[in-house]
Formats: sequence, structure tokens, C-alpha cells
Amino acid sequence: MKLKWWHIGLLIAFGLAIISPLASSWPDGLERVAEDKGFIDAAHNPTFEIIPDYVFPGVGNEALATILAGVVGTLILFILTYGLGVLLKRREA
Amino acid sequence: MHIPDGFLNTATAGVTYVVSAGGVGYSVKEANKKLGEKHVPLMGVMGAFIFAAQMLNFPVMGGTSGHLIGGALAAILLGPWAGVLIMACVLIVQCFVFQDGGITALGANIFNMGLLACFVSYYIYRAVVSLMGESRTSTLVGGFVGAWASVFVAAVACAIELALSGKSPLGVALPAMAGVHALIGIGEGLITAVVLSFVMATRADLLKLQKV
Repeated sequence: MKLKWWHIGLLIAFGLAIISPLASSWPDGLERVAEDKGFIDAAHNPTFEIIPDYVFPGVGNEALATILAGVVGTLILFILTYGLGVLLKRREA
Repeated sequence: MHIPDGFLNTATAGVTYVVSAGGVGYSVKEANKKLGEKHVPLMGVMGAFIFAAQMLNFPVMGGTSGHLIGGALAAILLGPWAGVLIMACVLIVQCFVFQDGGITALGANIFNMGLLACFVSYYIYRAVVSLMGESRTSTLVGGFVGAWASVFVAAVACAIELALSGKSPLGVALPAMAGVHALIGIGEGLITAVVLSFVMATRADLLKLQKV
């Protein structure tokens, strides 16, 4: 099978998921503001958890758990958005 | 900038839910009319890329990080309605699978990072390109400025929602959110310009696809 442009694009996305343990763990802009302005405690815990905080549950090594979460999420998004495209595209006569 | 459960009051959460549901519904209609065979793989790659890139927080100043939103990139490459659809998919999966962004705040998050980010960036990008004339430079400048503005406007909207919900007065929340996201927006602008430059160097025809 010949490698198409979008295979490369998808590989780049998975590559980003694999380097995700390198991400800064500092709070993001909204969290920073919520902490500084004193309303961070208003946040509720989620009612259920599947892969909370982008850490795959039950995996001891945290970097590996993050990579797994990233790869799973990237795959879900690819299937979802590609599938939506297939469903919505015009039917060419 | 994913708002968790508990930050928004019922009225703010409800109104943004209704607006976002309408916006996503209209996006489906527009995509149904305009989406062609060639858009499909780009939809898939954009969804995957934006999710993965959003995981990569970059430091912006002592103790604070930011990450790509991606609405600008999706809107510039595919058009604003398709961009909204992709952002809605990313935010829905982040909310339900990764517990990033609250379920009650999903409407506000889709409004800020989907509808606002995609439309603000798309029209600024288009304005810059038509002012400067179509060229590699104008695409990069338009992409950078549009992407920066998408983060800034989303942050302003987020501050207004927090103020309406009684979490922080607008005079406090607005400068704080706008200030830090003016910095994060530089990251958004740079990433968007780098990806656009990569697309122009490898598959320039993708930028010529009909916008949805």
C-alpha cells in the first residue's frame, strides 16, 4: 500500500501523543486564574471517571500511562472525525 | 481553558448549551451540503492532531502553561463549520472520556473553543489574506494573527461567563484571563503558522479545498 499524505498526518498526531509525557505539568491559564482569584475550589469532581487527567488507569509507569491515554484518545478522535466526514459528505452521483 | 463542573451557574451553562447545540446542528447541515470526498481524511487527521497537540502543554510564564486549542487550524484548513464539528468532537471526547472540562460546562467550552475560536480565526485569516494578497507570507501572517485572536476572544468569553456565574467580578477575571491568554495565544499562533507552512511545503492543494 502506498503511503498517502494523510497517513503521514496521522503518524505525526500519534508521534505527538507519544511525546506527551514531556508536556508542562504547570496549571493552564484558566486554572492559574482560578487559583489566583480564589475560585478554584468551586470546581466539582467529575461524577464518573474513565481516563481522568490523561493518565491510563491501572498502569504503574506514569509516562507510559500518559502515552497510552494519548494514543487511545488520538485513535478515538481519528475514528470519530473521519467517520463523521464519511457520514456527512455529499453523495456524488 | 476547559471549564470544569462547578464554575458556571445554571443560566450561563444553559444558555451556552442551547447556543452550542444550535451551532453544532447548523454545522452538521452545512457540512452535509459542502463536504466532499477530499475533506474526509483531512477531517480525521485534524481531529487526531488537535487532540494529541492539546496534550502538549507549553510553559508561558512562571508556574503557568497553555496548550493549543486548534480551532484556528481546523477552520483555516477546512472552513469554520467543519472546524466547529471537529472541535465539538474533541471537546466531547475530552469531557466524557478524559474528564477534562465538565459535563455541565460542555456547552460553554464548545461555544468558546469551538464556535468563537473557529469563526474569529477564520474571518481574521481571510481578512489578512485579502488585504495582503494571496501569498505564502499572507497565509502565515493571517494564520498567526487569527490563531492568536481565537485564544484571546475565547478567554474573554470565558471571563464573561465566570463573571456572570458570580465566580469573579468582570473587572478581575477579564484582565487576568485576557492577560495570560494573550501569551498562550502566541503559542497558538506559532503552532498554527508552523503547521500551515508544513502543509504549504508538502500538500499546498489542501489549502485550496472548498471551505465548509
